[in-house]
Amino acid sequence: MSLLYTDEQKALIALVKEMAENEIKPHVQELDEKGECPKDLFKWAFDMGLHMLEIPEEYGGTGLSYETTAMIFEELAKVDAGYAITLVTTFVALRNVILSGTPEQGKYFADIIGKGNFAAFALTEPNAGSDPAALRGTAVKDGDDYILNAAKTFITNGEIAALFVGFFKTDPAAGHKGISAFIVDADAAGITIGKHENKMGLRLSNTTDVTFENVRVPASSMVGPEGSGFKLALNALNLSRAFVATMAVGIMQRALDESVKYAKERKQFGQPIIKFQMVQQMLADMAIKTEASRVLVNNTMRMMDNGSLVRKEGSITKTFVSDCAQEVTSNAVQIFGGYGYSKEYPVEKLMRDCKIFQIFEGANQIQRLTIANELEREYK
Amino acid sequence: MNIVVCVKQVPDTTEIRIDPVKNTLIRQGVPSIMNPFDKNALEEALQLKEQYGGAVTVISMGPEQAKATLREALSMGADKAYLVTDRSFGGSDTYATSYILAKVIEKLGPFDVILGGKQAIDGDTGQTAPSIAEHLGIARLTHVLSIKIEGNKCIVEREIEEGVEIVEAKLPILCTATKETNKPRYATIKGKIDSLKAEIENITLADLPDIDVTKIGLKGSPTRVKSTFTPKRQSCCEMLEIINPRETARMLFGKLADAKIL
Repeated sequence: MSLLYTDEQKALIALVKEMAENEIKPHVQELDEKGECPKDLFKWAFDMGLHMLEIPEEYGGTGLSYETTAMIFEELAKVDAGYAITLVTTFVALRNVILSGTPEQGKYFADIIGKGNFAAFALTEPNAGSDPAALRGTAVKDGDDYILNAAKTFITNGEIAALFVGFFKTDPAAGHKGISAFIVDADAAGITIGKHENKMGLRLSNTTDVTFENVRVPASSMVGPEGSGFKLALNALNLSRAFVATMAVGIMQRALDESVKYAKERKQFGQPIIKFQMVQQMLADMAIKTEASRVLVNNTMRMMDNGSLVRKEGSITKTFVSDCAQEVTSNAVQIFGGYGYSKEYPVEKLMRDCKIFQIFEGANQIQRLTIANELEREYK
Repeated sequence: MNIVVCVKQVPDTTEIRIDPVKNTLIRQGVPSIMNPFDKNALEEALQLKEQYGGAVTVISMGPEQAKATLREALSMGADKAYLVTDRSFGGSDTYATSYILAKVIEKLGPFDVILGGKQAIDGDTGQTAPSIAEHLGIARLTHVLSIKIEGNKCIVEREIEEGVEIVEAKLPILCTATKETNKPRYATIKGKIDSLKAEIENITLADLPDIDVTKIGLKGSPTRVKSTFTPKRQSCCEMLEIINPRETARMLFGKLADAKIL
């Protein structure tokens, strides 16, 4: 491991590792097979406070830095990234309500999540993925209320969330400046949860369609000023991008751990395959990419702790790390050979789990656009 | 409800290897942990506190490094922790240790419930906690499964070979916990952070003025360890000739009785 950890960080990582290995890991293979979100298994995370790590203490959180929180989530992702992302999505939603909403909204949201509940972002629509300005969902003012209508898709935590942060057009003609964000209780009349997505990876994470049909919410549930939804979504994505990168590092580290262990045990031509240079090269490259990724994530986290928006840095980190993760997990399968392709062994799942990291929180192509745009601006 | 839990720092035996030449434990580089049965005792104490209110105090006798175990207890939810440590306590066997701990409990008390693990996984004697009750002159119930408090008495379920025994006893009581008692909780992240910063007070000989110094340390310990060894695993097989089933069964019975298995 390439980072300098404080004694406190070491103790927290060890604690989470112990819990995840004992309580979560034994169930992962079966849950992955079924594609099921293990609601009951989150008792452990809630009891420990893993859903509120970086939330300020005045909102009932632990008030940890992003840096330390990321270290904890890397550890959790080693056991299962789908389990980890369920919590990340929850605290990113809460964090953004605290950042952009009123103190009352922050407190309302924090109280519900603090009791051991999940939250979800309802942003993506079938025709608005990388291009949020194309959102069709609407929020129409009606007296002191708004009436929400939208068909949202690929909503992480859709079925298990107690609260949504939903994005709707208050001004359909205004492009991304017409988007506003609302806090919506999941039990509000008019919300229908669609089918659970049968995904390639991250199968412990719940992903559903969510339909809002004439959902009535008080005007006071709007987060930030009217038309500020796009900005809120970008802020949320900056944060979640950094955290998905830390989870990809966890997946890579797991791939490396499993590969080295296997390469030392597996014998061919009379010796462990770790003695063969071609295997050595693969392992060394995996270690190089994992370590470099971890340092990059750590730097991004520390910049965020210092109040930086990490628009470019976050994009660089997420893109680099998620691209590395493809190679690292693919080579883990390669080192395991035929066994690696079998579901009996842990590495094929890592390869399936990590593909989405090049896609979600802004596809890597979009990240490269962002990076290039920032470069153009910097070199003016 | 005042509860005290006695915990011991032990080497993690899952990580222990045996020196093949000297036949002794290799302790070097072996991580130290809280004795697992003591963790069950602590969990029971925390559950009692949650149900009946009060405070949980944790004590441990050992060198300065045993504070790590006390911090772990604090991170799980104990309210206070004391390290019992003094040069003169060194070399104490279970008799001397239980005497010293009894004196500490008298000093910190009064307590309604005293808890400990059924034994420590390093020495495996299972004597220290019950002996504390002897020194204090109170009742003790070992291998408890559950504790219910009713006024100034308790109803305790005990694990015994034949099943479960339900016993009523007067408080204060000393109980020992096992793996079956409960499933210890994990620390919370916040609890862990706070425990790393917590002040842990030392209790030394000077804090126990009425202690009889002839009963402590190596000199106060009647136990002498002659040697420790790893028992050799042996298995042998003897075939009985079948003359007729009844006769063979009788022979088998005789053999098993000779081997003190029956």
